[in-house]
Amino acid sequence: MGVGREAHELNMVREEFPIFKQHPALIYLDHAATSQKPDTVIERMKLYLEESNGSPHRGAHLLSVESTRQYDYGRGRVAEFIGAKSPNEVIFTKNATEALNLVAQSYGKVNLNEGDEIVLAITAHHSNIVPWQIVAKEKRAVLKYLYIDETGQFLSGELDKITAKTKIVAFPWISNGLGCIHSPEPIIQRAHEVGAVVVLDAAQAVGHVPVDVVTLDVDFLVFSGHKMYGPTGIGVLFGKQYLLEKMPPFLTGGDMIEYVEEQETTYAPIPERFEAGTQHVEGVVGLVAAIDFIQGARLDNIRLKEERLAKYAYKRLSELNYVTVYGPKADEPRGALVTFNVEGIHPHDMATLLDRKGIAIRAGHHCTQPLMKYLGIHASCRASFSIYNHVEEIDALIEGINYAREVFGYVNG
Amino acid sequence: MSMDNLYTELVMMHNKSGHNKHLLEHASHIERGHNPNCGDDLTLQVKLEEGVITDAAFLGSGCAISQAAMSIMIDLVKGKTVSEAKNLAELYLGMIRGESRSEEELEALADAALFENLSKMPARVKCGTLGWHCLTVVLDK
Repeated sequence: MGVGREAHELNMVREEFPIFKQHPALIYLDHAATSQKPDTVIERMKLYLEESNGSPHRGAHLLSVESTRQYDYGRGRVAEFIGAKSPNEVIFTKNATEALNLVAQSYGKVNLNEGDEIVLAITAHHSNIVPWQIVAKEKRAVLKYLYIDETGQFLSGELDKITAKTKIVAFPWISNGLGCIHSPEPIIQRAHEVGAVVVLDAAQAVGHVPVDVVTLDVDFLVFSGHKMYGPTGIGVLFGKQYLLEKMPPFLTGGDMIEYVEEQETTYAPIPERFEAGTQHVEGVVGLVAAIDFIQGARLDNIRLKEERLAKYAYKRLSELNYVTVYGPKADEPRGALVTFNVEGIHPHDMATLLDRKGIAIRAGHHCTQPLMKYLGIHASCRASFSIYNHVEEIDALIEGINYAREVFGYVNG
Repeated sequence: MSMDNLYTELVMMHNKSGHNKHLLEHASHIERGHNPNCGDDLTLQVKLEEGVITDAAFLGSGCAISQAAMSIMIDLVKGKTVSEAKNLAELYLGMIRGESRSEEELEALADAALFENLSKMPARVKCGTLGWHCLTVVLDK
Protein backbone atom coordinates (compact mmCIF):
# COMPACT_ATOMS: atom_id res chain seq x y z
CA MET A 1 0.00 0.00 0.00
CA GLY A 2 1.48 3.36 -1.02
CA VAL A 3 1.98 6.12 1.49
CA GLY A 4 -0.37 8.39 -0.44
CA ARG A 5 -3.22 5.94 -0.31
CA GLU A 6 -2.61 5.29 3.35
CA ALA A 7 -2.69 9.00 4.17
CA HIS A 8 -5.90 9.32 2.18
CA GLU A 9 -7.50 6.45 4.06
CA LEU A 10 -6.41 7.95 7.35
CA ASN A 11 -8.02 11.27 6.51
CA MET A 12 -11.19 9.40 5.60
CA VAL A 13 -11.15 7.74 9.02
CA ARG A 14 -10.48 10.98 10.91
CA GLU A 15 -13.32 12.64 9.00
CA GLU A 16 -15.71 10.09 10.45
CA PHE A 17 -14.96 11.42 13.95
CA PRO A 18 -16.55 14.84 14.58
CA ILE A 19 -14.27 15.51 17.57
CA PHE A 20 -11.43 16.13 15.10
CA LYS A 21 -13.47 18.82 13.35
CA GLN A 22 -13.71 20.65 16.65
CA HIS A 23 -10.05 19.95 17.50
CA PRO A 24 -8.28 19.60 14.13
CA ALA A 25 -4.79 19.37 15.60
CA LEU A 26 -5.71 16.98 18.40
CA ILE A 27 -3.48 13.96 18.80
CA TYR A 28 -5.66 11.66 20.81
CA LEU A 29 -3.66 8.86 22.41
CA ASP A 30 -6.15 7.96 25.12
CA HIS A 31 -8.43 5.46 23.43
CA ALA A 32 -7.89 2.97 26.25
CA ALA A 33 -9.57 5.41 28.66
CA THR A 34 -12.39 6.24 26.29
CA SER A 35 -12.62 6.14 22.52
CA GLN A 36 -13.74 8.98 20.32
CA LYS A 37 -17.09 8.42 18.61
CA PRO A 38 -17.73 8.12 14.89
CA ASP A 39 -20.51 10.31 13.48
CA THR A 40 -22.70 7.25 12.86
CA VAL A 41 -22.81 6.54 16.60
CA ILE A 42 -23.72 10.12 17.40
CA GLU A 43 -26.24 10.42 14.57
CA ARG A 44 -28.05 7.18 15.31
CA MET A 45 -28.43 8.03 18.98
CA LYS A 46 -29.76 11.44 17.98
CA LEU A 47 -32.12 9.87 15.47
CA TYR A 48 -33.41 7.42 18.05
CA LEU A 49 -34.13 10.25 20.49
CA GLU A 50 -35.79 12.35 17.78
CA GLU A 51 -37.87 9.64 16.19
CA SER A 52 -38.24 6.55 18.35
CA ASN A 53 -37.85 7.47 22.01
CA GLY A 54 -40.19 5.62 24.33
CA SER A 55 -40.02 3.49 27.43
CA PRO A 56 -39.04 -0.05 26.50
CA HIS A 57 -40.98 -3.08 27.77
CA ARG A 58 -43.88 -0.90 28.97
CA GLY A 59 -47.18 0.00 27.44
CA ALA A 60 -48.55 -0.72 24.03
CA HIS A 61 -48.13 2.58 22.27
CA LEU A 62 -46.12 3.02 19.11
CA LEU A 63 -42.98 4.50 20.66
CA SER A 64 -42.81 2.01 23.50
CA VAL A 65 -43.03 -0.79 20.98
CA GLU A 66 -40.36 0.82 18.79
CA SER A 67 -37.93 1.43 21.65
CA THR A 68 -38.42 -2.17 22.77
CA ARG A 69 -37.73 -3.38 19.27
CA GLN A 70 -34.48 -1.40 19.03
CA TYR A 71 -33.39 -2.49 22.50
CA ASP A 72 -34.00 -6.16 21.77
CA TYR A 73 -32.38 -5.84 18.35
CA GLY A 74 -29.29 -4.47 20.10
CA ARG A 75 -29.14 -7.48 22.39
CA GLY A 76 -29.24 -9.78 19.38
CA ARG A 77 -26.51 -7.81 17.62
CA VAL A 78 -24.21 -7.91 20.67
CA ALA A 79 -24.80 -11.66 21.05
CA GLU A 80 -23.88 -12.18 17.41
CA PHE A 81 -20.84 -9.86 17.72
CA ILE A 82 -19.29 -11.87 20.55
CA GLY A 83 -20.49 -15.26 19.33
CA ALA A 84 -22.95 -15.94 22.16
CA LYS A 85 -25.33 -18.84 21.60
CA SER A 86 -28.37 -16.82 22.62
CA PRO A 87 -29.31 -13.16 23.21
CA ASN A 88 -30.39 -14.30 26.68
CA GLU A 89 -26.72 -14.54 27.55
CA VAL A 90 -26.27 -10.78 27.03
CA ILE A 91 -27.05 -8.51 29.98
CA PHE A 92 -26.87 -4.77 29.47
CA THR A 93 -25.16 -2.87 32.27
CA LYS A 94 -23.84 0.64 32.77
CA ASN A 95 -20.28 -0.44 31.97
CA ALA A 96 -17.77 -3.23 32.55
CA THR A 97 -17.46 -2.13 36.19
CA GLU A 98 -21.16 -2.68 36.87
CA ALA A 99 -21.00 -6.02 35.07
CA LEU A 100 -18.14 -7.15 37.34
CA ASN A 101 -20.01 -5.97 40.42
CA LEU A 102 -23.03 -7.92 39.23
CA VAL A 103 -21.07 -11.16 38.92
CA ALA A 104 -19.35 -10.65 42.28
CA GLN A 105 -22.53 -9.76 44.15
CA SER A 106 -24.78 -12.30 42.46
CA TYR A 107 -22.69 -15.30 41.44
CA GLY A 108 -20.07 -14.69 44.12
CA LYS A 109 -22.47 -14.39 47.02
CA VAL A 110 -24.30 -17.59 46.15
CA ASN A 111 -21.31 -19.73 45.24
CA LEU A 112 -18.57 -18.69 47.65
CA ASN A 113 -18.09 -20.25 51.06
CA GLU A 114 -15.58 -19.81 53.83
CA GLY A 115 -12.10 -20.80 52.72
CA ASP A 116 -12.93 -20.78 49.01
CA GLU A 117 -10.42 -19.00 46.83
CA ILE A 118 -10.76 -16.28 44.22
CA VAL A 119 -7.75 -16.04 41.95
CA LEU A 120 -7.06 -12.66 40.34
CA ALA A 121 -4.33 -11.49 37.99
CA ILE A 122 -2.12 -8.79 39.49
CA THR A 123 -2.76 -6.92 36.24
CA ALA A 124 -6.47 -6.59 37.07
CA HIS A 125 -8.16 -3.20 36.96
CA HIS A 126 -9.60 -1.93 40.26
CA SER A 127 -13.05 -2.80 38.93
CA ASN A 128 -11.97 -6.45 38.84
CA ILE A 129 -10.38 -6.34 42.29
CA VAL A 130 -12.55 -4.27 44.64
CA PRO A 131 -15.83 -6.16 44.03
CA TRP A 132 -14.00 -9.42 44.81
CA GLN A 133 -12.45 -7.97 47.97
CA ILE A 134 -15.91 -7.03 49.20
CA VAL A 135 -17.53 -10.38 48.51
CA ALA A 136 -14.45 -12.23 49.82
CA LYS A 137 -14.66 -10.36 53.13
CA GLU A 138 -18.35 -11.08 53.40
CA LYS A 139 -18.03 -14.78 52.61
CA ARG A 140 -14.64 -15.25 54.30
CA ALA A 141 -13.16 -16.33 51.01
CA VAL A 142 -9.48 -15.84 50.18
CA LEU A 143 -8.05 -13.66 47.40
CA LYS A 144 -4.97 -14.92 45.62
CA TYR A 145 -2.99 -13.21 42.89
CA LEU A 146 -1.24 -14.48 39.79
CA TYR A 147 2.04 -12.59 39.44
CA ILE A 148 3.85 -11.65 36.26
CA ASP A 149 7.36 -11.13 34.95
CA GLU A 150 8.46 -7.74 33.62
CA THR A 151 7.00 -8.46 30.19
CA GLY A 152 3.57 -9.08 31.70
CA GLN A 153 3.49 -12.86 31.31
CA PHE A 154 2.53 -15.01 34.28
CA LEU A 155 5.52 -16.41 36.16
CA SER A 156 6.03 -20.07 35.51
CA GLY A 157 3.92 -22.22 37.78
CA GLU A 158 1.56 -19.36 38.71
CA LEU A 159 -1.41 -21.18 37.24
CA ASP A 160 -0.83 -23.88 39.88
CA LYS A 161 -2.47 -21.41 42.27
CA ILE A 162 -5.74 -22.40 40.60
CA THR A 163 -6.68 -25.42 42.68
CA ALA A 164 -9.70 -27.37 43.88
CA LYS A 165 -10.25 -24.56 46.39
CA THR A 166 -10.60 -22.01 43.58
CA LYS A 167 -14.16 -21.02 42.76
CA ILE A 168 -13.57 -17.95 40.60
CA VAL A 169 -10.70 -16.83 38.37
CA ALA A 170 -10.77 -13.23 37.10
CA PHE A 171 -8.30 -11.46 34.85
CA PRO A 172 -8.00 -8.93 32.05
CA TRP A 173 -7.56 -10.24 28.52
CA ILE A 174 -5.44 -7.20 27.68
CA SER A 175 -3.97 -5.26 30.60
CA ASN A 176 -4.84 -1.56 30.55
CA GLY A 177 -1.80 -0.84 32.69
CA LEU A 178 0.89 -2.73 30.76
CA GLY A 179 -0.59 -3.66 27.40
CA CYS A 180 0.35 -7.30 27.90
CA ILE A 181 -2.01 -9.94 26.57
CA HIS A 182 -3.08 -12.81 28.81
CA SER A 183 -3.98 -15.60 26.45
CA PRO A 184 -7.34 -16.64 27.95
CA GLU A 185 -7.53 -20.26 26.77
CA PRO A 186 -4.93 -21.92 29.04
CA ILE A 187 -6.31 -20.12 32.11
CA ILE A 188 -9.89 -21.00 31.26
CA GLN A 189 -8.92 -24.60 30.67
CA ARG A 190 -7.09 -24.77 33.98
CA ALA A 191 -10.00 -23.17 35.83
CA HIS A 192 -12.48 -25.58 34.33
CA GLU A 193 -10.30 -28.54 35.26
CA VAL A 194 -10.71 -27.61 38.92
CA GLY A 195 -14.37 -26.64 38.58
CA ALA A 196 -13.92 -22.86 38.81
CA VAL A 197 -15.61 -20.25 36.63
CA VAL A 198 -13.71 -17.57 34.73
CA VAL A 199 -14.59 -13.88 34.64
CA LEU A 200 -12.80 -12.28 31.72
CA ASP A 201 -12.40 -8.51 31.61
CA ALA A 202 -12.45 -7.79 27.88
CA ALA A 203 -12.70 -4.00 28.16
CA GLN A 204 -9.39 -3.53 26.31
CA ALA A 205 -10.01 -6.44 23.94
CA VAL A 206 -13.45 -5.91 22.38
CA GLY A 207 -13.08 -3.77 19.27
CA HIS A 208 -9.39 -4.67 19.10
CA VAL A 209 -9.32 -8.46 18.74
CA PRO A 210 -11.96 -10.97 17.59
CA VAL A 211 -14.07 -12.25 20.49
CA ASP A 212 -15.90 -15.56 20.36
CA VAL A 213 -17.25 -16.63 23.72
CA VAL A 214 -18.02 -20.16 22.54
CA THR A 215 -14.49 -20.82 21.26
CA LEU A 216 -13.08 -19.30 24.43
CA ASP A 217 -15.50 -21.36 26.51
CA VAL A 218 -15.49 -18.43 28.93
CA ASP A 219 -18.11 -18.31 31.69
CA PHE A 220 -18.44 -14.55 32.09
CA LEU A 221 -17.05 -11.78 29.92
CA VAL A 222 -17.49 -8.04 30.39
CA PHE A 223 -16.83 -4.91 28.37
CA SER A 224 -17.76 -1.24 28.11
CA GLY A 225 -19.33 0.44 25.09
CA HIS A 226 -17.35 3.65 25.42
CA LYS A 227 -13.99 1.98 24.91
CA MET A 228 -15.13 0.55 21.56
CA TYR A 229 -16.38 3.70 19.79
CA GLY A 230 -19.76 3.62 21.55
CA PRO A 231 -21.27 5.90 24.18
CA THR A 232 -20.62 5.91 27.91
CA GLY A 233 -23.32 4.46 30.13
CA ILE A 234 -23.69 1.16 28.31
CA GLY A 235 -21.77 -2.01 29.01
CA VAL A 236 -22.21 -5.72 28.59
CA LEU A 237 -22.10 -8.79 30.77
CA PHE A 238 -21.97 -12.03 28.85
CA GLY A 239 -22.71 -15.08 30.97
CA LYS A 240 -23.33 -18.69 30.06
CA GLN A 241 -27.07 -19.23 30.15
CA TYR A 242 -27.08 -22.05 32.72
CA LEU A 243 -25.00 -19.91 35.08
CA LEU A 244 -27.12 -16.77 34.69
CA GLU A 245 -30.33 -18.77 35.16
CA LYS A 246 -29.21 -19.87 38.64
CA MET A 247 -28.10 -16.41 39.73
CA PRO A 248 -30.14 -14.13 42.00
CA PRO A 249 -30.83 -10.52 40.98
CA PHE A 250 -28.26 -7.79 41.56
CA LEU A 251 -30.12 -4.48 41.24
CA THR A 252 -33.84 -4.75 41.85
CA GLY A 253 -36.93 -2.77 40.97
CA GLY A 254 -39.03 -2.32 37.88
CA ASP A 255 -38.76 -4.50 34.79
CA MET A 256 -36.89 -7.33 36.52
CA ILE A 257 -39.91 -8.83 38.23
CA GLU A 258 -42.62 -11.33 37.46
CA TYR A 259 -45.09 -10.78 40.31
CA VAL A 260 -44.68 -8.38 43.18
CA GLU A 261 -46.78 -9.05 46.27
CA GLU A 262 -46.73 -6.96 49.43
CA GLN A 263 -44.16 -9.24 51.04
CA GLU A 264 -42.68 -11.36 48.27
CA THR A 265 -41.54 -11.04 44.67
CA THR A 266 -40.82 -13.50 41.93
CA TYR A 267 -38.29 -12.47 39.35
CA ALA A 268 -38.32 -12.27 35.60
CA PRO A 269 -36.27 -14.78 33.65
CA ILE A 270 -32.88 -13.79 32.25
CA PRO A 271 -31.84 -11.42 30.80
CA GLU A 272 -34.51 -9.07 32.25
CA ARG A 273 -33.84 -10.33 35.78
CA PHE A 274 -30.59 -8.39 35.72
CA GLU A 275 -31.88 -5.24 34.08
CA ALA A 276 -33.82 -3.34 36.72
CA GLY A 277 -35.28 0.03 35.87
CA THR A 278 -35.86 1.80 32.58
CA GLN A 279 -32.99 0.79 30.34
CA HIS A 280 -30.54 2.90 28.36
CA VAL A 281 -32.02 2.37 24.90
CA GLU A 282 -30.10 5.17 23.17
CA GLY A 283 -26.95 3.67 24.69
CA VAL A 284 -27.80 0.32 23.10
CA VAL A 285 -28.54 2.07 19.80
CA GLY A 286 -25.13 3.74 20.00
CA LEU A 287 -23.48 0.43 20.88
CA VAL A 288 -25.02 -1.20 17.80
CA ALA A 289 -23.74 1.67 15.66
CA ALA A 290 -20.29 1.13 17.20
CA ILE A 291 -20.44 -2.57 16.32
CA ASP A 292 -21.43 -1.58 12.77
CA PHE A 293 -18.47 0.79 12.66
CA ILE A 294 -16.05 -1.91 13.82
CA GLN A 295 -17.45 -4.45 11.37
CA GLY A 296 -17.37 -1.86 8.57
CA ALA A 297 -13.74 -1.01 9.29
CA ARG A 298 -12.99 -4.72 9.63
CA LEU A 299 -11.55 -5.92 12.89
CA ASP A 300 -8.50 -7.46 11.22
CA ASN A 301 -7.66 -4.04 9.70
CA ILE A 302 -8.05 -2.36 13.08
CA ARG A 303 -5.90 -5.01 14.73
CA LEU A 304 -3.19 -4.73 12.08
CA LYS A 305 -3.06 -0.97 12.33
CA GLU A 306 -3.01 -0.92 16.14
CA GLU A 307 -0.28 -3.56 16.21
CA ARG A 308 1.83 -1.46 13.89
CA LEU A 309 1.27 1.68 15.95
CA ALA A 310 2.05 -0.04 19.24
CA LYS A 311 5.19 -1.63 17.80
CA TYR A 312 6.35 1.67 16.35
CA ALA A 313 5.67 3.50 19.63
CA TYR A 314 7.58 0.81 21.53
CA LYS A 315 10.50 1.12 19.11
CA ARG A 316 10.68 4.93 19.18
CA LEU A 317 10.31 5.13 22.97
CA SER A 318 12.76 2.35 23.77
CA GLU A 319 15.41 4.03 21.60
CA LEU A 320 15.54 6.88 24.12
CA ASN A 321 17.86 6.11 27.01
CA TYR A 322 15.86 8.38 29.33
CA VAL A 323 12.63 6.45 28.75
CA THR A 324 11.60 3.21 30.43
CA VAL A 325 8.95 1.23 28.57
CA TYR A 326 6.96 -1.32 30.54
CA GLY A 327 5.40 -4.61 29.53
CA PRO A 328 5.96 -6.75 26.44
CA LYS A 329 9.22 -6.43 24.51
CA ALA A 330 9.48 -5.52 20.83
CA ASP A 331 8.70 -8.93 19.39
CA GLU A 332 6.05 -9.92 21.92
CA PRO A 333 2.30 -9.51 21.45
CA ARG A 334 1.02 -6.20 22.79
CA GLY A 335 -2.38 -4.57 23.03
CA ALA A 336 -2.96 -1.14 21.48
CA LEU A 337 -1.10 0.76 24.16
CA VAL A 338 2.34 1.55 25.53
CA THR A 339 3.12 2.59 29.10
CA PHE A 340 6.35 4.32 29.96
CA ASN A 341 8.16 6.72 32.24
CA VAL A 342 10.57 9.51 31.40
CA GLU A 343 13.48 9.93 33.78
CA GLY A 344 13.11 12.89 36.11
CA ILE A 345 9.62 13.87 34.93
CA HIS A 346 6.54 12.78 36.84
CA PRO A 347 3.83 11.36 34.52
CA HIS A 348 1.39 14.05 35.61
CA ASP A 349 3.81 16.79 34.56
CA MET A 350 4.42 14.94 31.31
CA ALA A 351 0.69 14.74 30.57
CA THR A 352 0.24 18.45 31.29
CA LEU A 353 3.15 19.44 29.05
CA LEU A 354 2.07 17.10 26.24
CA ASP A 355 -1.42 18.57 26.49
CA ARG A 356 0.22 21.93 25.78
CA LYS A 357 1.28 20.40 22.47
CA GLY A 358 -2.20 19.06 21.76
CA ILE A 359 -1.32 15.49 22.70
CA ALA A 360 -3.71 13.63 25.00
CA ILE A 361 -2.24 10.78 27.01
CA ARG A 362 -3.18 9.20 30.32
CA ALA A 363 -0.98 9.63 33.36
CA GLY A 364 -1.28 8.00 36.74
CA HIS A 365 -1.91 4.51 38.04
CA HIS A 366 -4.52 3.59 35.42
CA CYS A 367 -6.78 2.14 38.13
CA THR A 368 -4.22 -0.60 38.72
CA GLN A 369 -2.62 0.34 42.04
CA PRO A 370 -1.74 -3.25 43.05
CA LEU A 371 0.00 -3.72 39.69
CA MET A 372 1.91 -0.45 40.08
CA LYS A 373 2.97 -1.40 43.58
CA TYR A 374 4.07 -4.82 42.33
CA LEU A 375 6.12 -3.16 39.58
CA GLY A 376 7.55 -0.72 42.11
CA ILE A 377 6.40 2.44 40.34
CA HIS A 378 4.13 5.24 41.54
CA ALA A 379 2.62 6.11 38.22
CA SER A 380 3.26 5.92 34.50
CA CYS A 381 2.40 7.57 31.21
CA ARG A 382 0.18 5.66 28.80
CA ALA A 383 -0.31 6.25 25.10
CA SER A 384 -3.07 4.15 23.57
CA PHE A 385 -4.06 3.77 19.94
CA SER A 386 -6.96 3.04 17.68
CA ILE A 387 -8.06 3.29 14.09
CA TYR A 388 -7.90 7.10 13.99
CA ASN A 389 -4.21 7.29 14.98
CA HIS A 390 -1.18 7.26 12.71
CA VAL A 391 2.59 6.90 13.03
CA GLU A 392 3.29 10.64 12.65
CA GLU A 393 1.37 11.16 15.88
CA ILE A 394 3.87 8.91 17.64
CA ASP A 395 6.69 11.03 16.18
CA ALA A 396 4.89 14.05 17.64
CA LEU A 397 4.69 12.25 20.99
CA ILE A 398 8.46 11.78 20.94
CA GLU A 399 8.95 15.47 20.11
CA GLY A 400 6.55 16.34 22.91
CA ILE A 401 8.54 14.26 25.37
CA ASN A 402 11.70 16.08 24.33
CA TYR A 403 9.91 19.41 24.73
CA ALA A 404 8.94 18.40 28.28
CA ARG A 405 12.56 17.50 28.96
CA GLU A 406 13.65 20.95 27.81
CA VAL A 407 11.11 22.54 30.15
CA PHE A 408 12.61 20.42 32.91
CA GLY A 409 16.09 21.65 32.05
CA TYR A 410 17.40 18.55 30.29
CA VAL A 411 19.48 18.82 27.14
CA ASN A 412 18.31 16.52 24.36
CA GLY A 413 21.12 14.81 22.51
CA MET B 1 -0.19 32.81 33.46
CA SER B 2 -0.13 30.04 30.90
CA MET B 3 1.16 26.58 31.40
CA ASP B 4 4.46 27.55 29.82
CA ASN B 5 5.25 29.77 32.72
CA LEU B 6 3.73 27.48 35.30
CA TYR B 7 6.80 25.32 34.84
CA THR B 8 9.01 28.29 35.69
CA GLU B 9 12.61 28.29 36.74
CA LEU B 10 11.44 28.79 40.27
CA VAL B 11 9.25 25.68 40.18
CA MET B 12 12.06 23.76 38.54
CA MET B 13 14.53 25.04 41.09
CA HIS B 14 12.40 23.88 44.00
CA ASN B 15 11.67 20.60 42.24
CA LYS B 16 15.33 19.88 41.57
CA SER B 17 17.17 21.39 44.52
CA GLY B 18 15.07 19.58 47.09
CA HIS B 19 16.30 22.00 49.74
CA ASN B 20 13.15 21.41 51.80
CA LYS B 21 12.98 17.71 51.03
CA HIS B 22 14.58 15.84 53.88
CA LEU B 23 13.84 14.17 57.16
CA LEU B 24 13.11 16.66 59.92
CA GLU B 25 14.49 15.50 63.26
CA HIS B 26 12.24 16.21 66.22
CA ALA B 27 9.21 17.20 64.15
CA SER B 28 6.24 17.88 66.39
CA HIS B 29 3.68 17.23 63.64
CA ILE B 30 3.72 14.86 60.68
CA GLU B 31 0.97 14.85 58.07
CA ARG B 32 0.86 12.60 55.01
CA GLY B 33 -1.03 13.81 51.96
CA HIS B 34 -1.99 11.61 49.03
CA ASN B 35 -3.62 12.25 45.65
CA PRO B 36 -4.92 8.81 44.77
CA ASN B 37 -5.63 9.76 41.18
CA CYS B 38 -2.11 10.71 40.19
CA GLY B 39 0.03 9.15 42.87
CA ASP B 40 1.43 12.25 44.59
CA ASP B 41 2.37 11.07 48.07
CA LEU B 42 4.04 13.74 50.21
CA THR B 43 4.55 13.97 53.94
CA LEU B 44 4.86 17.33 55.65
CA GLN B 45 6.90 17.52 58.85
CA VAL B 46 6.51 20.58 61.03
CA LYS B 47 8.25 21.70 64.20
CA LEU B 48 5.86 23.87 66.19
CA GLU B 49 7.29 25.64 69.22
CA GLU B 50 5.17 27.96 71.34
CA GLY B 51 2.81 28.69 68.49
CA VAL B 52 5.55 29.34 65.92
CA ILE B 53 6.60 27.17 62.99
CA THR B 54 10.29 27.02 63.73
CA ASP B 55 11.10 24.45 61.05
CA ALA B 56 9.44 22.37 58.35
CA ALA B 57 10.41 19.91 55.62
CA PHE B 58 8.79 17.26 53.45
CA LEU B 59 9.39 13.74 52.17
CA GLY B 60 7.81 11.58 49.51
CA SER B 61 7.26 11.48 45.79
CA GLY B 62 5.11 13.54 43.49
CA CYS B 63 4.98 15.66 40.38
CA ALA B 64 6.95 18.90 39.96
CA ILE B 65 3.93 21.05 40.80
CA SER B 66 3.09 19.24 44.03
CA GLN B 67 6.70 19.23 45.23
CA ALA B 68 7.44 22.83 44.26
CA ALA B 69 4.19 24.08 45.81
CA MET B 70 5.06 22.22 49.00
CA SER B 71 8.62 23.55 49.03
CA ILE B 72 7.59 27.14 48.31
CA MET B 73 4.98 26.88 51.07
CA ILE B 74 7.60 25.68 53.53
CA ASP B 75 9.86 28.64 52.69
CA LEU B 76 6.90 30.95 53.21
CA VAL B 77 5.56 29.66 56.53
CA LYS B 78 8.83 29.03 58.33
CA GLY B 79 9.07 31.48 61.21
CA LYS B 80 5.35 32.36 61.01
CA THR B 81 2.93 31.96 63.89
CA VAL B 82 0.08 29.45 63.65
CA SER B 83 -2.47 32.19 63.02
CA GLU B 84 -0.29 33.87 60.37
CA ALA B 85 0.19 30.53 58.62
CA LYS B 86 -3.55 29.81 58.83
CA ASN B 87 -4.27 33.13 57.15
CA LEU B 88 -1.78 32.35 54.39
CA ALA B 89 -3.30 28.91 53.82
CA GLU B 90 -6.76 30.43 53.60
CA LEU B 91 -5.47 33.03 51.18
CA TYR B 92 -3.69 30.46 49.02
CA LEU B 93 -6.55 27.96 48.89
CA GLY B 94 -8.98 30.79 48.11
CA MET B 95 -6.72 31.94 45.29
CA ILE B 96 -6.69 28.43 43.82
CA ARG B 97 -10.50 28.29 44.10
CA GLY B 98 -10.50 31.34 41.88
CA GLU B 99 -11.65 33.85 44.48
CA SER B 100 -10.36 37.30 43.58
CA ARG B 101 -7.48 38.55 45.68
CA SER B 102 -6.01 42.02 45.94
CA GLU B 103 -2.46 42.72 44.82
CA GLU B 104 -1.58 43.24 48.46
CA GLU B 105 -2.92 39.86 49.48
CA LEU B 106 -1.10 38.12 46.65
CA GLU B 107 2.08 39.86 47.73
CA ALA B 108 1.75 38.23 51.13
CA LEU B 109 1.89 34.87 49.37
CA ALA B 110 5.22 35.82 47.77
CA ASP B 111 6.43 33.03 45.47
CA ALA B 112 3.34 30.96 46.22
CA ALA B 113 1.28 33.49 44.21
CA LEU B 114 2.95 31.93 41.19
CA PHE B 115 0.33 29.19 41.35
CA GLU B 116 -2.60 31.58 40.87
CA ASN B 117 -3.57 30.20 37.50
CA LEU B 118 -3.90 26.68 38.80
CA SER B 119 -7.47 27.87 39.37
CA LYS B 120 -7.87 27.53 35.60
CA MET B 121 -6.27 24.09 35.46
CA PRO B 122 -8.68 21.78 37.28
CA ALA B 123 -6.55 18.73 36.46
CA ARG B 124 -3.68 20.11 38.51
CA VAL B 125 -5.42 21.85 41.43
CA LYS B 126 -4.89 18.87 43.71
CA CYS B 127 -1.16 18.90 42.98
CA GLY B 128 -0.78 22.53 43.90
CA THR B 129 -2.81 22.27 47.11
CA LEU B 130 -1.56 18.98 48.57
CA GLY B 131 1.08 20.59 50.80
CA TRP B 132 -1.27 23.34 51.92
CA HIS B 133 -3.94 20.81 52.88
CA CYS B 134 -1.35 18.95 54.97
CA LEU B 135 -0.42 22.23 56.64
CA THR B 136 -4.06 23.08 57.36
CA VAL B 137 -4.53 19.74 59.12
CA VAL B 138 -1.39 20.36 61.21
CA LEU B 139 -2.47 23.88 62.14
CA ASP B 140 -5.94 22.75 63.15
CA LYS B 141 -4.56 20.18 65.59
